[in-house]
Amino acid sequence: MWQQLPDIGGEIFMNRIQQAFDHQKAFIGFLTAGDPYLDKTVDYILDLEEAGASLIEIGIPFSDPIAEGPTIQEANVRALKNKVTTDDVFEMVKKVRLKSQIPLCFMTYLNVVFHYGYERFFQKCQEIGIDGIILPDLPYEESHEVKDVCKQYGVTLISMIAPTSKDRVAMIAKEAEGFIYLVSSMGVTGTRDNESFASNLDEIIQYIKSVTDTPVAIGFGIKDAQQVKTFQQYADGVIVGSAIVNIIKEYGDQGDEALKQYVSSLTKV
Amino acid sequence: MKGRYGIHGGQYVPETLMNEIHKIEEAYEFYKNDQAFNDELNTLLKEYAGRPSLLYYAKKMSEDLGGAKIYLKREDLNHTGSHKINNVLGQVLMAKKMGKTRVIAETGAGQHGVATATAAALLSMECEIFMGKEDTDRQALNVYRMELLGAKVHPVTTGTMTLKDAVNEAMREWTKRVDDTMYVLGSVMGPHPFPMMVRDFQSVISKEAREQILEYEGKLPTAVMACVGGGSNAMGMFYHFINDKDVKLIGCEAAGKGVDTALTAATIATGSLGVFHGMKSYFCQDEYGQIAPVYSISAGLDYPGIGPEHAYLHDIGRAQYVPVSDDEAVSAFEYIAKTEGIICAIESAHAVAHAIKLAPTMAKDDILIICLSGRGDKDVAAIARYRGRDIHE
Repeated sequence: MWQQLPDIGGEIFMNRIQQAFDHQKAFIGFLTAGDPYLDKTVDYILDLEEAGASLIEIGIPFSDPIAEGPTIQEANVRALKNKVTTDDVFEMVKKVRLKSQIPLCFMTYLNVVFHYGYERFFQKCQEIGIDGIILPDLPYEESHEVKDVCKQYGVTLISMIAPTSKDRVAMIAKEAEGFIYLVSSMGVTGTRDNESFASNLDEIIQYIKSVTDTPVAIGFGIKDAQQVKTFQQYADGVIVGSAIVNIIKEYGDQGDEALKQYVSSLTKV
Repeated sequence: MKGRYGIHGGQYVPETLMNEIHKIEEAYEFYKNDQAFNDELNTLLKEYAGRPSLLYYAKKMSEDLGGAKIYLKREDLNHTGSHKINNVLGQVLMAKKMGKTRVIAETGAGQHGVATATAAALLSMECEIFMGKEDTDRQALNVYRMELLGAKVHPVTTGTMTLKDAVNEAMREWTKRVDDTMYVLGSVMGPHPFPMMVRDFQSVISKEAREQILEYEGKLPTAVMACVGGGSNAMGMFYHFINDKDVKLIGCEAAGKGVDTALTAATIATGSLGVFHGMKSYFCQDEYGQIAPVYSISAGLDYPGIGPEHAYLHDIGRAQYVPVSDDEAVSAFEYIAKTEGIICAIESAHAVAHAIKLAPTMAKDDILIICLSGRGDKDVAAIARYRGRDIHE
């Protein structure tokens, strides 16, 4: 039966995201909770960790994910068809925490959190051992209503910077904690060819580095070892989502080996 | 606070769009006070769109219902057949001045899509319209109309394949390409400054109606009413009456099969506070904040949210929002056709339906203005099918 949830001290809690970037380039893997079903999500998170992922981003499904391309949109649809709820995702994370201390961030849309209630949601995150949260429809200007509650419960609100951020970079970077999610290119999530990536990512990172020590991870569109290698030259980490979700779509609940093999090929470059 | 209506509104969009949205804010702040821009827009509204629109005394309807005097604000007579052109001419003209060469838009019934395609043709802009697959089926003629006008129409096959999904897809497209592209939002919704900008462009409805009714009757109306999906014609109809505290403001929501069923789009009646499509407002959603798959016979009202200023007017009790069912709207559609010889949009028929209930309870010297937001040619085949006649366009 389930063991008691291990006691997670505040100190360790605050620093778990930092661990992902300590003495290494972070590899951040994304998957949607409940795709293909929640118990399998537990397995897949452990697979990603075994294959060398240093932080896992867990998508809480939302009916209208406006920052996602078709791949992750469809994963949301599959999860919601399974009637996966926010409470179910919390239970799933508890199961992961019985077996792993890997840094975990949620990725979802603000309405999911807002409707659950900020206090209740982040208190729950703290209880189950979630370290951070990414909310793509919450820009800097609106972030303060969430940030204060996050802080209170030791959850880091991850800041996003885009190729179009320009004069906003310093403002965002100065307040950023955990890591900065640098969006690689215009548009929504989904694997891309090299020419689609913004050409000024290295300059943006240099600029970020001049105002903050918070590590920078690049996401959106990354799918192969060559891309990982390129981005790791100037970023502190990479985020891979759609390519992982594609494997889960293809293999259903039989994807353990394929996932491990794929992620290993990216973490061992 | 900037872009807020009480607790509602805001700018809840991905970081990729933030600078662009600020640019639009700045441009709008400039152009709304720019004489040359306003002259050009007013000329277009007058000579191209056909403004001012008529305020028509519906004598037969008033006598038949036996209560208040009913006036119809005839937005259905505008070029392209609805109030949507008011907003679109403003936004597309501004986009052009900003140096944009391409506009994108969502559409439900197709009225906003047709209006956007029209303005894009007139002002030589590239145009792409996102429309739910279900709506491209319901409103096939409007799809062809948009194509005739030179627009590319993308049927949206995600989610419920209706208006909300069209907005999702238009927002996604916008994040892909912002430099040369303006997202011409069709309603008083989305992130600031859209709710304010669209309201301002639509407020010409109440500006005219207020002057017209004072001229005809020498007094203000007892109530003004309009249908509400996102709420652009209603906001336009309400705006210049908001400070006239004695004028009742009534918004008519699409109840679909009824507010006690799942097949409804009545946001104020059945929704709760949320954050979606760039704004904080009321939304139809489940207990976990998943946006509900709403339903209405009217594609233009088939939307799970309502503009933030409406949410605020509701909160402070300044406006009243009432649900109107499919059945009531269809009956009103037929009633106004037979009584006044006007085939109005099924959206507008929701407001007519409530007027049919309300007018008889009012005194003879009361005045009711209904915003007839659009014409109903697009709906004729669907209404025939609703009545069991298998007519297709």
